[in-house]
This record gives sequence, C-alpha cells and structure tokens, in this order.
Amino acid sequence: MNPAMFFALIGVGLFCLGLFSLIINSHLLRKILAINIMGSGVFLVLVALAKRAENMPADPVPHAMVITGIVVAISATALALTLMLRVASETGHATLVDEAEK
Amino acid sequence: MTMQNAFIAFPWAVALILLPLTGAICCFLFPRITRTLGLITSLANVVSVIGLSWQLLQYGSYRHEVGGWGAPLGIELYADGLSLLMLATTALVGFAISVYSSSYFKPALAVRFWPIWMCLLAALNALFLSADIFNLYVTLELLGLSAVALTALTGSKEALSGAMRYLLATLLASLAYLLGVTLLYHSFGSVDIGILAEQIQASPATWAALGLIAAGLMLKTAIFPLHFWLPPAHGSAPAPVSALLSALVVKASFYILLRLWFTLFAPLLDGDAINNLLGLLGCAAILWGSVQALRQSRLKLLIAYSTVAQIGYLFLVFPLATNMGSVAWNGVAFLIISHALAKSAMFLSAGNLLCFGGHDRIADLDRVVQRLPLTAAAFAIAGVSIMGIPPSGGFIGKWLLLESAMTQGRWDLAAVMILGGLMAAAYIFKVIGYTFIPAQITHEAQSVSASMQWSALLLAIGAMLLGFLSLPVLAMLNISDINLASGFGL
Amino acid sequence: MLLTCNIQQCAMQLDEPVYCANTGNSMNRKLFLIILLLPLLLTLAAGLGYAVLSLPEQPQYLPELVIDNMHESGVSHPVTAVLLNFRGYDTLLEMVVLLLALLAVWSLDITASRNKTRHKSAPGLVLDTLTRLLTPVLILVTAYLLWVGAHAPGGAFQAGSVLAASGVLLLLAGWRISDKLTAFPLRIILIAGPSMFIIISVLTMLFEGHLLKYPVAQAGLFIVILETLATLSIGATLAALFIGVRPKESNKGRQHE
Repeated sequence: MNPAMFFALIGVGLFCLGLFSLIINSHLLRKILAINIMGSGVFLVLVALAKRAENMPADPVPHAMVITGIVVAISATALALTLMLRVASETGHATLVDEAEK
Repeated sequence: MTMQNAFIAFPWAVALILLPLTGAICCFLFPRITRTLGLITSLANVVSVIGLSWQLLQYGSYRHEVGGWGAPLGIELYADGLSLLMLATTALVGFAISVYSSSYFKPALAVRFWPIWMCLLAALNALFLSADIFNLYVTLELLGLSAVALTALTGSKEALSGAMRYLLATLLASLAYLLGVTLLYHSFGSVDIGILAEQIQASPATWAALGLIAAGLMLKTAIFPLHFWLPPAHGSAPAPVSALLSALVVKASFYILLRLWFTLFAPLLDGDAINNLLGLLGCAAILWGSVQALRQSRLKLLIAYSTVAQIGYLFLVFPLATNMGSVAWNGVAFLIISHALAKSAMFLSAGNLLCFGGHDRIADLDRVVQRLPLTAAAFAIAGVSIMGIPPSGGFIGKWLLLESAMTQGRWDLAAVMILGGLMAAAYIFKVIGYTFIPAQITHEAQSVSASMQWSALLLAIGAMLLGFLSLPVLAMLNISDINLASGFGL
Repeated sequence: MLLTCNIQQCAMQLDEPVYCANTGNSMNRKLFLIILLLPLLLTLAAGLGYAVLSLPEQPQYLPELVIDNMHESGVSHPVTAVLLNFRGYDTLLEMVVLLLALLAVWSLDITASRNKTRHKSAPGLVLDTLTRLLTPVLILVTAYLLWVGAHAPGGAFQAGSVLAASGVLLLLAGWRISDKLTAFPLRIILIAGPSMFIIISVLTMLFEGHLLKYPVAQAGLFIVILETLATLSIGATLAALFIGVRPKESNKGRQHE
C-alpha cells in the first residue's frame, strides 16, 4: 500500500472518529473539536490522494481546495466557539438542552 | 431596440452574485444607512432576476465560464429553468422579507441583520447558479453560517441553543458532502457537474460518494429522521429569519440534491430501491411532521413542524419522477415555490402576532381576525396553499404529484399525500379557529406597522396567484440543456 | 466516579455539565448509545476505507491542464495559480465566508466581562520581551510569504495567518488599538480583500466579458494586488475573531433604543 493510501485511510478513520465523538459527547466544546477532527480527516483524504502515482507531480487542485476548506473551517469554528460561549453564559452549562424538547 | 438588446445581453447571472456581495459590504461599512442599502440591494436583485428570465426565455439556458477558463480547469456558472425558478422565488420572497424586516428590527438589531442577510442572499444566488460541486460546498457553507448567525440574532436562550444545534448539524452535513466530493474528484478528476455526469460509472467510491452527499444534503434539508434541528431553530429565530430559513435555505440543499440526483448520479440510480427509500422517508416526514404540528401549542413551532411535513412532499419526487421533464418534476417545482411563498407568509404573520400580543400561544390568539385582519387573512390564504386547496399554487403542486402517483400505481404515496393534506387542514383550521374567538385572558395590543402586515399578505396572495400562473411557470421550468422531448414521463 | 465528580467541582465555572447529578441515567444512555453506534460507525469506516482503496488510477488531465495554462496565469506556482486565477471565484467566496464569520461573531455580542470580573495585569517579562522581538519578525515573514507565493508554496492565506498570529500575540500582551481606529478604519481593512475581488470582478466583466478573467499581461499584477489586500484583510479578520468582542460603536453612530 503506498503512502498516499495510508494517509487517506487515516483521514477516513479521523472522519469516523470525529463523527462518533460528535454524537456521544454532550459538552459543546468536545462537539466542536469533533467537527474539527472530522474536517481534518476530510482534508487529509483530499490532499493525500493528490499524489497517488509515484512518478507524477502532485495535483495542485486538491491543494487549493484544502486551503479554501481550511479557511472555511476556521470561520465555522470561530462562530461555533462564540456561540458556545453565549449558550454557556445564558444557560450556565455548555451543553445543548437536548432531550427535554424531544 | 438597442436598449432592449442591451437589457437582454447584460450579464444578469453575474450581477445576481455580485450585487448582494456589494450590498453586504456596503451595509457593513455604513451602519447608519444599512436598512436603505439592504432594501435597494434586494430590489436590484428582483430586477436582475427579471432580466435573467427574459434572457433565458430568449436564448435558452445560460453558461458562463468564470475567469475565462472552462471546466475542468475553471468554474462554470449555469442557469436553466430550475435555477431560474429558484432564483425568482429567492428574489421575491427575499424582497418581501426585506420590506418586513425594515420595520421589524429595531436599529440595534438591524445593524447586525442586514449585512448578514445580504451575505445569505449572495450565497443563495451563487448556489443556484453554480455548476461545480466544490463551489457548491463553499456556497453551502456561506449559506449555513449566515443562517446560523441570523437564527441567533435575538440572543434568547432558545434562539442560541437552536442556533448551536443548527450549526453543528449543518457543519456535519457539509463535511459529509465534502467527503463525497473528494471521492468523486479523485475518481474522475474533475468537480464540474457536466464532466462528472459524462464520466460517472458505478464503483464503490461512487456509491460511497452518493451516500455521503445524499446524507449531507438530507441533513441540511431536514428530512425525517434528520429533522431534529429544524423545529428549535425555526421556532425560536426572529420571524423574518424563520421565514427565510423555511422558505429558502432548506430548499437550497434540496435543489442541489435534485440536480445531482437527476443529472450526476442518474446512471447509478436505475434501480428502484434507493428512490423508494427516499420516498419512504418523505412519507414518514409528512405523517410525523403533521402529527407533531397538531400537538403544538406555540404558533411558530406549529409552522416549523408544518415545514417538516411539507419537505416530505418534496421527497416524493424521487420515486415518482422518471426524468427531469416528467409530471412529478413539475409538481415538485410548484410545491417548492408555493411552499416558499406560503410558509414565509405564515411566519411573517406569526411575527405580526408576536409583535401585536407579545406571545405566540395559539390558544390565546385573541380575536385576531378583528384586530389584525390583514394578518389573519395572510395566514388563512397561506394556509389554503399549504393545504392544497384550489386554486392555489400548492394545489397545483400536490395535484401534479397525485396524478403522477396514481398513473404509476403508487397508491401508497397517494394515500399518504391525501392524509397529509387532511392533517394540514386540521392544524391550520385549528389556528384560524382560535383567531376568531376571544382568549381567556385578553392582552394589551401593540400596533403592527402596515409594511409588516402587507408584506405577509402579499406573499400569501402570491401563493394563490401561482395557481393561475401555471403555464408561464412551466414554460420557464422547461428551459434546459437536456432534451426534454425524449422520454417524457406522463 | 466519585473522584471525577470532585475534580470537576474544582474546575471552572462554565465547565462540564453536571455528570454528578443524574449520573445513573446519563451514563446508561451514553453506554446504550455507544453500543448502538460503534458497529454502525465501524461499518461506515470499513465501507469508506474500501471505497478509498478501490479508487482508480489518478486521472491526469486536470493537473496537466494546470501546468499547460500556468504561463497565462501570471504566477509560476501551480497552487497559487489555481487558487487565485483558475478557481479565483472560490477564493472570492471564501473571503466572504471569513468576513461573514466575523460579522456573525460581532452580532453575537460577547461583552468582555459577562460573568467574570476582569483583572488588569501587566504582561509578564517573558511575554512582553518576546512580543516586542517577534512582532517585527512576524511582519517580515508575512511579507516574505506573500511575495514568495508567486513561485513557491506561500501566498495570501499563509501570510495572513502569520499576520493574524502576530496580532494575537500583541493582543495577548495587552496591546489594543485606540477606539477611533476600531470603527471605520478597521472596517475598511476588513473589507479590503473581498472588495478588491469584487472591484476586479466588475472590471473584468466590463472589459473582458468574463467574470474574473484577468488580461494575460496584467494577470501577475492583479494577483499581487489581490493577495496583498487579502493578506491584510485575513490578518485583521482572524485577529478580530480571536478577540471576539465587538468594537464600541462611535458616539456619532449610536442609535437611541
């Protein structure tokens, strides 16, 4: 298995790990971190597979896509963290008032 | 003559994207005149859509290579009938909501509302015009973040929690979508929809991409059982924002799903199983959403659950539409537009009631018919469209879907649709009933400005008028690259 | 379990939810959820892994197209060419996303001292000295990264991040810009990047007929201008996102509620 595939599989693993953590954890900061891990996983898959063939140069388009993706992820994380701080200051706990509504 | 030619030849599609972006920046730079700037931009948006529709009716579908680089190197913009209808709905509903918001928000909130709303409008326009799945990801993110920011605008506990849940759901959905895009890119070497559609073939990666993209978009569209985030978010956002969310934002991801399903993933979807699964989810949404709507005691939550149910109707297009020109396809287009008009009218009416009485408890809607006749009329007329009673746009949409179901022998789907209509009638008449009778405790009334009442009413009337405009709408819908003459399902 | 409860009680005010209150219920629910989810997610991981492993040979036509057309793009690094020329429209939208995130954070209105009392203290000696030494260096690195992006890895986003990092360092060391500068001038810097993109979009629509189609001779110049303003915008936006608090509105602009 060449290195590109190895990293891509790790990316897939990160995605699933993040998904698991997102659903299981109830603290908002952990959920946000889980989303970040999932994002890193997806970017890793995108970039790792950009150079699958040994003797060819790396494909620049996924690299550009990942740069875009990282900026978007930063923006989303900043918003999520601020929202979490507001939720925590309004309700006293950094969790979603979940099950009572359902 | 040359004026007219200039008007048609103007690049309206590009204007549709650049105008709201400019509007957003100007609203941000000049907070004191932000309301005026926002209204002007919204009006310019309507004009641009009119220009684009004229252009498309004249020349057929429109393709623009951004940067002068065609796909696969660059990004292409593509406008056909379906995107035109979505853009037109966005422009009209957006303008009405802009007028409403100019009276609704006090200056402190207005300064924050307008720049973000303009960004949301830009995201919607860019989304409906894009033909590149990675570009769609960026527009989806812009859309999602703006929507979340607007949901949290009031700063109340419920709004913040609803916004947080919405944000997490939308980010998860975007990442699933992006992973699907990744797999498609690395399988076929391009992110352009046209090129992918030519080259796609079934393979494990393509199936995985289909699953991921569909799952992400379904989460964003809040189809049962992935609808958990919708009622808290739509129910606790400020009224014009709820209208935007229910009418436009959830339809954007549905639009992408439709496009990709019928153009990109068509070779994979020959079998019936997956389409039927989506149809099943749609039926579940109709029934579950309607039942939950009947149980609500707050008006905005009732309307939010009604959205969950109506989205279920939209998903019935998957088992019923054999291709893009068929009856079910037309029906879904009508449903999207009429639901956007009617639901936004309902949410704006609810906003009026909230301003008026300070609450939105259904049981305490104290003789609203006498005191806010325009608002009550708006809600009732919008309700007629939601129920699917002739001659509204909702009726045409549901009629087309029913006809398609019956001709294909899908009596199960037809039965669910009729049952959904009955339940919709039940919860809407429940609300209307309460508007006629005095409440147990009468409430002090605040005045509601005329622009707020009229914008709600005009949207509702628009939903009705749609019923009479079926021919022009169908003519616009059929502007497409694809040769619809072949394989018309009927 | 008792030990973790105690530790958490010593933790900060806005910390973990009450695990200790209805422990029995939430623990059981969590265990049930884990048992339900693990097999599903393992299947998902296996399926996705299989999909990745079964990907066909890497199609080469797009990278070749990039290399072939790079001489017309105005830069000599393929990633920069893709980011700012071939797929410049994506970059425009993502800069708007970044600006929107700041608008959203400002609209959420985190006032600095909501629940806690703020203590004013001077930065420690190490932080102070390090900041004074590092900030000029970081600004130089920013300029270098910006310039080198034309022919090697680098460019607006990398440079902007370093600029933002130096901004964050300064903020941590207690440096603040005056209130007069945080109103209009800050906003100008924040929108400089996206605005330049839009101005160039309009100009290219007028003169070239295609959105963001740079004339080949001036492509390099356009990209340099875009990247410089983008660097400033990105740096300012990220630093403002870090501090989170909306700047005070000027007295002239304040509306009476």
